[in-house]
Amino acid sequence: MTQGMDGPHPDDRMRPAGRRNSQGIRIDPEAEATHEPRKAVLSTLVKHEPGVLAEVSGLFSRRQFNIESLTVGATSDDDIARMTIVIEEPEPGVVQAKKQLRKLVPVISVEELEPEAVQRELILIKVSGEKPDDVNAVADMYDGNVVDASPEAITVELTGSQQKIDAAVEAFDQFDVKEVVRTGAAAVERGGTTLMDERAETIESTAPAESPQTATDD
Amino acid sequence: MSEQAPVSPETAETDTDEQDGRAPDDGDTTQVETGAESVVAALENAGAETLFGVQGGAIMPVYDALYDSEELTHITMAHEQGASHAADAYGIVTGKPGVCLATSGPGATNLVTGLADANMDSDPVIALTGQVPTNFVGNDAFQETDTVGVTQPVTKHSYFADSADTVGDDVGEAFALAAEGRQGPTLVDLPKDVTQGETDVQPSPAEGPDTYEPPTTADPDNVETAAQALADSEKPVILAGGGVVKAEASEELRAFAKEYEIPVITTMPGIGSFPEDHELSLEWAGMHGTGYANMAITNTDCMLAIGTRFDDRLTGGVETFAPDAELIHVDIDPAEISKNIEADHPLVGDAKHVIDQVHEAMPAAPDADEWREQCQTWKDEYPLEYDTPDDEPLKPQYVVERFSELADDDAVVTTGVGQHQMWASQYWTFTEPRTWVSSHGLGTMGYGVPSAIGAKIGAPDQEVVCFDGDGSFLMTVQELSVAVRENLDITYVVLNNEAVGMVRQWQDGFYEGRRMASEYPWIPEFDKLAEAFGARGFRLEDYDRVDDVIEAAREYDGPAVIDAIIDPAENVYPMVPSGGDNGLFALNGDQLDDI
Repeated sequence: MTQGMDGPHPDDRMRPAGRRNSQGIRIDPEAEATHEPRKAVLSTLVKHEPGVLAEVSGLFSRRQFNIESLTVGATSDDDIARMTIVIEEPEPGVVQAKKQLRKLVPVISVEELEPEAVQRELILIKVSGEKPDDVNAVADMYDGNVVDASPEAITVELTGSQQKIDAAVEAFDQFDVKEVVRTGAAAVERGGTTLMDERAETIESTAPAESPQTATDD
Repeated sequence: MSEQAPVSPETAETDTDEQDGRAPDDGDTTQVETGAESVVAALENAGAETLFGVQGGAIMPVYDALYDSEELTHITMAHEQGASHAADAYGIVTGKPGVCLATSGPGATNLVTGLADANMDSDPVIALTGQVPTNFVGNDAFQETDTVGVTQPVTKHSYFADSADTVGDDVGEAFALAAEGRQGPTLVDLPKDVTQGETDVQPSPAEGPDTYEPPTTADPDNVETAAQALADSEKPVILAGGGVVKAEASEELRAFAKEYEIPVITTMPGIGSFPEDHELSLEWAGMHGTGYANMAITNTDCMLAIGTRFDDRLTGGVETFAPDAELIHVDIDPAEISKNIEADHPLVGDAKHVIDQVHEAMPAAPDADEWREQCQTWKDEYPLEYDTPDDEPLKPQYVVERFSELADDDAVVTTGVGQHQMWASQYWTFTEPRTWVSSHGLGTMGYGVPSAIGAKIGAPDQEVVCFDGDGSFLMTVQELSVAVRENLDITYVVLNNEAVGMVRQWQDGFYEGRRMASEYPWIPEFDKLAEAFGARGFRLEDYDRVDDVIEAAREYDGPAVIDAIIDPAENVYPMVPSGGDNGLFALNGDQLDDI
């Protein structure tokens, strides 16, 4: 038995000409453009209170944003912590991640850093203690320091950009690497630019002009 | 912060006593002495009137403080899930946060479904949960659950109260946050030592968090280009979402659409924002929306979408959703802009203000006579209709349509989830905002019985009708005891096909008719079940009894249940298969096979 109602068949109906891609963006049906994933560094001020880290990491996992690293640390203000989050997403995902992050109640400000921002990681590499001189030489090459040494193992500390750290890890591979401990990125904008507490901005913007400007902002 | 007027226009009309008067409205507010008294004072300050909850060990101090409250009425529900849905429905019909209470552990976890439901539909709800004393937290104590951890993903924010001095402020902030900007659920977890703890700190007037500042008006430049695009359009439509209802923007919408004669489609949560009996109304679009709405939404060249998040049940496959349309997207939540469908003209702001902004910026009316004619043609070509052969069981559509005729114009309709929900939304004629109360985004079976209770308490002067399915009804039927105890005048109509009908429909359509776990070999007689609860029960099987039974149930002063035995073979059409092309909706089983 046929269910439902009568009416024109789907094949006999008016049809639109266009199409969207899977991200809901109108496209030329002939040229399917896709967004390549890119790396974005999000510097975020959050209220320094219990549960914030869980809230932020929960957001990223449930919305399937791809986190490369996430570091949390204190700021000069005891009530505020900074999270530096490196994600890799196509452009719409980056935009969406920033907006969703900003919606969390303990999140004060979210800023994506410029690609040329200063980014540093710290790494501790523990290798076999058999060739102390060779280990020292490689450590020197990467401005690293031997921070612990024993007949069994030597531990080297290094800081630098992600690329430098990657290269160092590769160089140390020739020794018997026992353990690698890596922090995520800490990052800060070059020049005088700083990440503002948006709450403070709002208070200022309601006051008449003459707010102090940082001159070094480029 | 004071110049950031709290954006809760939705409350502006519903509450006559001072709105920003979240401050105590009289000077003789009693001095609080404990955390629990501070919680109660904060709720009173915020304008709460009714709480829906269930007692239990860890929340007992709060209940004890409620004993002395003259302003707050507590409705004891049968199950905490019922409390959360009742609070949700109360929030929908009043625009003010509905309050639900539960104890720790299972009490709190039982609220989760209702909170997730409110989160998906942006309904204002605040949940207060008991918690084990702070020094037991983390020890796996009796009835301990990490309630904040469990609920954080499904609320706007969950608070853990850590001091008797600040617990009232936490509650006030959670209440304000639930109502402002994009509404939604919030939760405050209340450890027993905090509520029992001594304090002499009065809670401050409720104020949202300083990190949450919802926008009001949209960028004027964007408004101007958007208005121009709409004026230049030859096939314009307005898509009105739940945000129009939430923002109390129905009047602005109606004035704008009527002046520029732009056809209006709603989403399901947007039902009631525009009168469905107006000639510009195309009713609602999406998976089971009207054929004419889906034709218009597919072929439009410019869409003004207001307060919608472009859910997949609305859009079908995004590749084929309004593919020719320049999209103007109005939303109070910037994260909704271009989340699912890219907005050409993003207008971030409160719908009530932004519609007026666009209205004022319109340079001319769109030249759309031909398009309006086309929309009328589609209305003729794809009417919602059904047969009523005498030799077949009662058609559910007929029951809904008759009730819609007989009911008051401003009657509130609530539903469970499934086929009955679709028939109710298709065949009832909605003309006013806040008269459609349903579970959209989460699709919670069992929403019906408790939601009707919350709706009736929120809108005591309006008729309340609940359409439910036999499957949905059985999930929360225990709440009928509450409707009886509170003597709530609600008419429940169970469209009974002895099956989880929507699942069965999908099995027939997409699983080769393999009906696994979708048919009930035995279900109770709901009229008798109703009588056992102390409600009035009616059994309805024949066409010629429909009007009489509906009238008798309506006239009964108290909860009545009509067990309407409907044609089990009846399915919901039109239908766009999941992820399908809205323009290729199936009108019947044969067409479904073809697409």
